[in-house]
Amino acid sequence: MLIFIAAPLLLVLINSFYVTASKFETVETESCTPGIAGEICVTELRTRPLLDEDDKVIRQTRYVGLQSYRNVLELEKAAGFLINNDFRSILTIDFWKALRFTLTFTFITLPIMLAAGLGIALAVNMVSERFRGQIIFVSLLPLIITPVIGALSIRWLFIGDGILTAALEMILERDIAMFAQAWTVEVLILFYRVWHIVPFAFVVLYAGLQTLNRDTLESAIIDGASRWERVRYVVVPYLMPLIVFLTVIHLMDSYRVFEEIVGLGAESHVISLQWITYDYLRPDDAGNRAISRASASAMLTMVGIVFILALPLRQTWRDYHPRRK
Amino acid sequence: MLGPAALRPSAALKTLAFGSVALWCLIAAFPIFWITVMSLKHPVDAFASNPLIVIFGDRTRETGLGISTFGLAVTAAALFSAYRIGRGALPRCASALSRAVGTRVAWILLSAAYILITPIVAIVAIPALAGSLDPLLGIFGRPIVGLTADHYVSVWVEGEFYRNFINSMTVTSGVVLISLTFGTLAGFGLARTRAKIAFWILIAALVFRALPHSVLVTGYLPVFINSAEILRPLFGEGAPTLYGKPLPVIMVLVAINQPFTIWMLRSFFANIPRELDEAARVDGCTYFQAFRYVIIPVMWPGVITTGLFSFLVGYNDYLVTSLLLDEQNQTMVPAITGYFNRETTSTDQVRAVAAAVSITAPLFFLVMVFQRHIVRGLTTGAVKG
Repeated sequence: MLIFIAAPLLLVLINSFYVTASKFETVETESCTPGIAGEICVTELRTRPLLDEDDKVIRQTRYVGLQSYRNVLELEKAAGFLINNDFRSILTIDFWKALRFTLTFTFITLPIMLAAGLGIALAVNMVSERFRGQIIFVSLLPLIITPVIGALSIRWLFIGDGILTAALEMILERDIAMFAQAWTVEVLILFYRVWHIVPFAFVVLYAGLQTLNRDTLESAIIDGASRWERVRYVVVPYLMPLIVFLTVIHLMDSYRVFEEIVGLGAESHVISLQWITYDYLRPDDAGNRAISRASASAMLTMVGIVFILALPLRQTWRDYHPRRK
Repeated sequence: MLGPAALRPSAALKTLAFGSVALWCLIAAFPIFWITVMSLKHPVDAFASNPLIVIFGDRTRETGLGISTFGLAVTAAALFSAYRIGRGALPRCASALSRAVGTRVAWILLSAAYILITPIVAIVAIPALAGSLDPLLGIFGRPIVGLTADHYVSVWVEGEFYRNFINSMTVTSGVVLISLTFGTLAGFGLARTRAKIAFWILIAALVFRALPHSVLVTGYLPVFINSAEILRPLFGEGAPTLYGKPLPVIMVLVAINQPFTIWMLRSFFANIPRELDEAARVDGCTYFQAFRYVIIPVMWPGVITTGLFSFLVGYNDYLVTSLLLDEQNQTMVPAITGYFNRETTSTDQVRAVAAAVSITAPLFFLVMVFQRHIVRGLTTGAVKG
């Protein structure tokens, strides 16, 4: 684990301080074309890559310090917007745009997932036992389907005049293009993630419900608790450890949101932190990969995950090390 | 002691519960069901805005391709029995057969047979049967739903999707094998040791599990691209370029998957009583003999479950494979982007749908056969983690 995970991380850190680029030289060239009144000569400055003896482009790696981080964060530009109280413009910078989306995404899907998961678990618990196997079977499908494919299948339902867009148009009686503006795309991404993750919450909470002690419930009834009060004061506190567990897993996973953006083809409207790194790593038209900038944004992403994990980790620490006196 | 009557919900609540469960099942299954329907239609039908046209495939039927009422009934019956066999009879057969040839062999044999036979029945036997009987059945033999397998043929045969399928299988099986080998050893060790470092390893695993995959890929990519130069002092002129080859990708995916595998197998091993292998040690087994003769026979449920999730990591991955593999070695999931990036014709789109359904089908069978294991895997991490 140390070699295969920690070593690459170290490499990313180092890479983020260096930039590899082709070496260029500027040369003055004079090109002459024969004309009627004599030769017409044009002198121009040209930039061309330096070649070594084998006619290969010389590539040079140099230390740039925090320059790559600055390129990713564009702090000066952001600060300029901040001074002018122009908060919207900050979101035109890729990194801040991605950060904004990743955080909203994480915190909107979390309560929906927990509520829907708990609701379905309670409902399934009431339905007769004969169908439970089938219900769980159907529920598992969205969970284990390939994320890109799942997002694609949602996209095909809505694209152009797909049947669900057509249905929405009929209900709202107006023309709808789901992929034309950012917020509808975002709604679709949220919808996909909820669809994908609710089964997990459902299965975990449902398994938890099976171990709930009936005596506790019965004593709650004797004490005159209504059905709602029983859920509120008996079931939810009992399931609390599972809810915490689901929250931690969900924070980790939704911070990595990426596949939805590829599947729904949303990159022109909405991007996430992981997508930025991916984009830097992809070869551009000239076949170059912005490794240094990718490393910088990867490191920044890492910092975020440390913040997110700090709380649960402290809890684990306390569990393993009861207070020493 | 109160009777169960006091716990029984009122009729209204029960209806509400039933309704919401039904609604959820509809939402959960609908997108998958719908792309399956779309993949079998003429492009004009598949992207029609009227759902009835999509289902009945008017245009597809006009081109003379379709299925009759009779064929529909046969297919429905076949699907139902395939489902029943997969969920009921297959596990029973496996446990019966396992007495003769061992659990693992029985499962592998039966799953392979099931996965091979079902598509053959669906693609070859049923159309042949319907084709020969339809003319004799009058109104029941007339096609009512347009269906065509053209898109599948063009994806798998002309588009050479089977290459991507083989690549996917190489990468996935590599990931499963390697992560299970190291995972069982590490998980067993961590479950049995009382050393303090075990705690730190587990914490590190948790942190690494949270790591965005792109961060790891950023670390690997430059090394892989330049690997020929880096490895030259070691291997001489024949030093390989690791970029684009399946083996390095397997390595990266194992690195991503390993923290999870270790956590999961640790909690499985922690459930196996310590006394079991201690008894074997008292009887004179060495440490490895105890593992071989006592632990290995009882660890299979945990290993199968973990293996399933490792399979999903390898099979479902997009980010790592799309960045690290070249065109020839591309797996199925990134290959599909080749179809929808073009967006030129709606035929291309329907082909992409067909490819997507092809990718989903194995997962469908996987849930059918291993539902119990998957549920156990999801809950083990939660309860014991």
